[in-house]
Amino acid sequence: MSTQFDSSRRTFLKVSALAGGGMILGLRLGRPEEAAAAPAAFEPNAWVTVYPDGAVSLVCPRNEMGQDVYTSLIMLLAEELAVDPRQVKVEEAAANPVYINRLMGAQITGGSTSVRDAWDSLRQAGATARMMLVNAAAAQWSVPAAECRAENGQVIHGSKTLSYAALADAAARQPLPKDVALKPASEFSVIGKPLPRLDGAGKARGQTVFGIDVKQPGMVYAALAQCPVLGGKVASFDAGAAQKRPGVRKVVDIGEGVAVIADHYWEARSALAEVKIQWDDGPAARLDTKAIYATLERSKDKPGTIIKQAGDATAALAKAKPVTARYNSQMLAHVALEPLNCLALVSASGVDVWVSTQHPQAAQATAAQAAGVEPQQVRIHAQLIGGGFGRRLDVDFIRQAVAIAKVVPGTPVKLIWTREDDVTHDFPRPPSLHLLHAALDGGRVAAFTHKMISPSITARMFPSAVKDGNDYFMIEGVIDFTYDIPNLDMRTVIQEIGIPVGYWRSVSNALNAFAIESFVDELAHAARRDPVEFRLAMLDKQPRQRAVLERAAKDAGFKARAHKGRAFGVASMQCYDTHIAMVAELTGHAKKVHLEKLTIACDCGIAVHPDQVLAQLQGGAVTGLINAVRSKVTIERGRIQQSNFDTFPIPRMPQVPPIEIAMISSTERPGGMGEAGVPLVAPAIANALFALTGKRVRALPLEDAGVSFE
Amino acid sequence: MRAIAHAKETLMAEVRINGKTITVEASPDTPLLWVLRDYLGMTGTKFGCGKALCRACTVHLDGVATFSCLLPLSAVAGREVTTIEGLKGRVAEAVQAAWDKIQVPQCGYCQSGQVMTAAALLSQNAKPSDADIDQAMQVNLCRCGTYQRIRLAIHDAAKQLEASA
Repeated sequence: MSTQFDSSRRTFLKVSALAGGGMILGLRLGRPEEAAAAPAAFEPNAWVTVYPDGAVSLVCPRNEMGQDVYTSLIMLLAEELAVDPRQVKVEEAAANPVYINRLMGAQITGGSTSVRDAWDSLRQAGATARMMLVNAAAAQWSVPAAECRAENGQVIHGSKTLSYAALADAAARQPLPKDVALKPASEFSVIGKPLPRLDGAGKARGQTVFGIDVKQPGMVYAALAQCPVLGGKVASFDAGAAQKRPGVRKVVDIGEGVAVIADHYWEARSALAEVKIQWDDGPAARLDTKAIYATLERSKDKPGTIIKQAGDATAALAKAKPVTARYNSQMLAHVALEPLNCLALVSASGVDVWVSTQHPQAAQATAAQAAGVEPQQVRIHAQLIGGGFGRRLDVDFIRQAVAIAKVVPGTPVKLIWTREDDVTHDFPRPPSLHLLHAALDGGRVAAFTHKMISPSITARMFPSAVKDGNDYFMIEGVIDFTYDIPNLDMRTVIQEIGIPVGYWRSVSNALNAFAIESFVDELAHAARRDPVEFRLAMLDKQPRQRAVLERAAKDAGFKARAHKGRAFGVASMQCYDTHIAMVAELTGHAKKVHLEKLTIACDCGIAVHPDQVLAQLQGGAVTGLINAVRSKVTIERGRIQQSNFDTFPIPRMPQVPPIEIAMISSTERPGGMGEAGVPLVAPAIANALFALTGKRVRALPLEDAGVSFE
Repeated sequence: MRAIAHAKETLMAEVRINGKTITVEASPDTPLLWVLRDYLGMTGTKFGCGKALCRACTVHLDGVATFSCLLPLSAVAGREVTTIEGLKGRVAEAVQAAWDKIQVPQCGYCQSGQVMTAAALLSQNAKPSDADIDQAMQVNLCRCGTYQRIRLAIHDAAKQLEASA
């Protein structure tokens, strides 16, 4: 085996021969500076294998949940390895500390990081493997490697060819090449080109196996009743008639709930209805939505953590009559369409867990704790995910499944939550309060301050990552503030609210963008400027941001003033290294409006898989509608009041307007695309609503202000 | 479905699924969804809400798209059930080819249900308008937001069917 750290490219690689022939190349996905920081401790977290039969596989530490990692990451590898991406097989990574995404501090898929992280390292791995295959062929033919080329899984010299299959073993014994040149964008034949999703066909035919579909011999099912009050526990229970119901194996108290284990899921569900449970509600029983917002309100004078500062905002505000506003975002449920579920087997050889998760490492840790074993004794079999949206970063349902399975050792138990379990026991998106002040001077913004008050998800999930009151995820949508304003003061205040909250697609980008982009619109109107022109005037140093804003406004036919019951609203931001602008077009009147269209312009750098970049923007915008229009989680006496798609509605086909997208072509590094479509929908619509009706709505969802979106 | 023998709470039942007669022993109130998934191991039909709100569980009952999550085994008597696993014929092929061409699925979890509803729509209405598509498809939720592509794919399938008619 040889290991190499290339300081110029800050990339690590390891190569070794595969038992039985073939080569395996280890590489590290993650921010390059992380690899550079700890060269001695290098552990690969992704493996490219060229098998002796010529098959190529990638063990990928990121999970597929619809965002296309299983195609776009393979495209990066295939581009440089010179193989057909359709010939590369992805293997799900097990839970292992080596797979930790150091940018995120854990083995997780989230934060729109997958392509950004893999951009250098997977191409580097592909190019390195290709060079070693070429060198092996050149040695065999006794010709200079420079005269050989690789194409479609073969090395070619004149009329001679050798397949990767024939070369893999010899290639593994080649030294790691010192200089690996990556293709310039002009030579890309895979990146940026059309390719059907590698996982698409099965999904249209019901053949794809998601976590909930996994079968194991002798498998039984569990249904679980949890305390209606968040955080409550079982006080006592009477299994009563449930135990005698057909198919029932056991009724089990796991502390946070009572489970029925039965031969079939419907038997477990039916029997569970007959179990009588007394609950110990716990402290959250006194909590309601009003109290939660009052808690945020009480922190409004806390200084908070300074995220971004320029000039002297306090002095500048004192000199002018400031414009002020306060904004709120609501709590939201995730409602991934695949209900939470987990199949667990506790046996003498450890614990096996088959589960759709964004967070295999935490899955392993919680399973070990629940079973009373060491993490190394837990094998996580990560499955294709039927929707994540951040909910599957949490592992509560995995802990429960293992606790239940532990009662019937040797028998695999599949726990399935109902939709009601999912909504009433979600970790909702954090509620937020935003305080904003600005001073205008000659039609420009002289000073701008923003204080965001919100509970911290990160403090619960990754406590050591929160330093000096700074939660890296609360500053999203602020830290990359694009406007050039001389006096700036941006802060966050962490204020816990008595219930745990969770990451929800685009996280704080959506909260902060609603407040900031609505407020910037207020300032444009206060300054009597066109909202697009007003923003452009602050983007002189941001050519990419200017370009998307100009393009979205042009494509939408943006007009600042409403005309004949039709109006436009605009919003713009940088989000996960991607530049995006959105225009919403509304018709109607103060009580009833119709969303006619969303127009998006986006510069995400190089679009690795262009069609799926569009798909992420289209889907992201629909998720943005959940945030904008009518959905919300409310709490009464510690209980989430919503329970299914009737009380927590998500958009249906007729409620989704045409979404027109223009991609600005770019040769910059790829930006994140999994979430960028989400945050601007709410401010764009709110700004259009103001243009249409003169009513400024400063709290989500917008329908709570008395306007109906039909 | 034909009752063969009644136990106290379970029922030996014959059901017609994808053209075959299958014997199942289950409680008569067991929803067809769970009969398919747990008793027959046919997991292409998905559980999403349990209340006929999302239609991830869509099957065809005598050719009509319907939810299976609230449809008890006892109600399937004498009916012909088609699931995504058994969806065949020129309409099905056109729909699935269009799904491939337009690249509809993201996470894919709702797509069995979407395809089943779309195939039933096109079987009854060979050239649906946008309004027809809205009307038929509004019962199916997609949390990833693939609606725009579903609409395009249905129009595309209709065109294919017209061309091959």
